[in-house]
Amino acid sequence: MKPAPFQYVVPESLEEVMDILGQHGAEAKVLAGGQSLMPLLNMRLARPAVLVDINRLPGLDQIAVEDTAVEIPCLVRQRAAERSPIVAEELPLLREALRHVAHPQIRNRGTICGSIAHADPAAELALVLVALEGEVVAVGRGGERRIPANAFFRGIFTTALEADEVIRSVRIPRRRFSGQAFREFSPRAGDFALVAVAVALDVDPQGRVQTARVAVAAGSDVPARLTEVEARLQGAQAGAEAVKAAAAQAREAVQAGSDAHASEAYRRHLTEVLTEEALLAAMATTGGNVA
Amino acid sequence: MSTEQLKTEAERPVAFTVNGQAWRGWVEVRRTLADVLREEVGLLGTHVGCEHGVCGACTVLVNGQAVRSCLMLAVQADGCEILTVEGLSESTERLHPLQESFWDHHALQCGFCTPGVLLSAYALLQENPQPTLEDIHEWLSGNVCRCTGYQNIVEAISDAASRLSAEKGGR
Ligand SMILES: Cc1cc2nc3c(=O)[nH]c(=O)nc-3n(C[C@H](O)[C@H](O)[C@H](O)COP(=O)(O)OP(=O)(O)OC[C@H]3O[C@@H](n4cnc5c(N)ncnc54)[C@H](O)[C@@H]3O)c2cc1C
Ligand code: FES
Ligand code: FES
Repeated sequence: MKPAPFQYVVPESLEEVMDILGQHGAEAKVLAGGQSLMPLLNMRLARPAVLVDINRLPGLDQIAVEDTAVEIPCLVRQRAAERSPIVAEELPLLREALRHVAHPQIRNRGTICGSIAHADPAAELALVLVALEGEVVAVGRGGERRIPANAFFRGIFTTALEADEVIRSVRIPRRRFSGQAFREFSPRAGDFALVAVAVALDVDPQGRVQTARVAVAAGSDVPARLTEVEARLQGAQAGAEAVKAAAAQAREAVQAGSDAHASEAYRRHLTEVLTEEALLAAMATTGGNVA
Repeated sequence: MSTEQLKTEAERPVAFTVNGQAWRGWVEVRRTLADVLREEVGLLGTHVGCEHGVCGACTVLVNGQAVRSCLMLAVQADGCEILTVEGLSESTERLHPLQESFWDHHALQCGFCTPGVLLSAYALLQENPQPTLEDIHEWLSGNVCRCTGYQNIVEAISDAASRLSAEKGGR
């Protein structure tokens, strides 16, 4: 099918974007990489009256390192982030996750912020934002606000963004972990994950886990941290035994969804397996001894 | 017409370069690049399969990057350089080495997927002239082929990579 008619506007500044969004509210849609929105338009699952193409906004396509955070503005393509030395250096977990997002041909246009705005419950980038305690910088007529990832995702394709707001950037803290890993299972390469797991941890010189982040997307409404599992890992001796126990606990703790792609039971199983793999891989990258 | 007016018109003037040739025309804003390439520019090599980014048949290069032309509005290509399958070979006398390799390896049957596969492969070899099998698999994951079973496509791309680097080395 073909998109229904719409009014097409190409604003030249964020202020202009906010004005247009303020004027048209939910009737208007922002077009970034188009890799989620264009399919919806082509299938007429979305019929916005106004399409606000932000691709020509100046100065929003460069990743910047600040004192405490890495800032990824709204026109940074997924593939640019994947190849960015800054991301390689500062955000290895994001880099690893990006390779699981769709295909190179899609990542050439899809943006990081567009994936966050779209809020697909299976999206790798949303999961990483939650795992790394990132925040979304939203700007609207009411000004700018920063929304922590765990408050941003509200449900399937639903976020805390107001109708007149646009995501200017996402910010991810510069916080080096001694190890991190991303694992997912999808039926074919490039498909959305049935379950995805992101972990990041610190191990002290004695080989004990100091901090652990374990975030899972398993077919429920939003990606979430498994805080019980994180608490259990904290202080434990890094190694196969702690990992097995944590993975078993993740299986119970995870909010797993059931749909045409996979049952809840299967998603719990995948959560256990992938959590185990990811934790072991993260511990291995710390260089410590994983017994 | 003022720019203010232009910004809201149903049709806009668009100018881009396709396979080295300038093209300009008025385009309805809701039309995809794939449709405009086929129906306005008249280049039917770009195929349209699914129109939602899954099949890869519509893959073209925009400013050197492989993208889905069904997921881009033609107006967004204003000022861009586009390469379609028609532009791969430099003359009507000789196919591009990738195309020759596809021929030699029986890497196509019905040919519906072929233009998109060729452009994905072309983009891969541009940025990575000696791809590993894994690299080829990663790029091909974005192109669906219902006929060949992919094996011959993978072989054709590997072989083309060797041929192209031999050609370069020999020069
Ligand atoms: C074949 C295929 C496979 C895919 N596989 C995966 C996958 O495995 N994992 C995955 O995570 N994704 C996948 N995707 C989706 C892809 O990652 C998209 O690029 C991404 O979800 C959206 O980013 P975009 O820049 O293309 O946004 P768009 O499509 O332009 O926009 C998506 C939504 O976000 C809104 N939006 C975009 N930018 C902003 C902004 N700055 N401020 C406010 N709102 C904004 C739009 O209005 C729209 O509602 C796939 C897509 C395709 C076509
Ligand atoms: S027609 Fe564009 S990806 Fe299928
Ligand atoms: S050759 Fe028929 S779809 Fe690929």
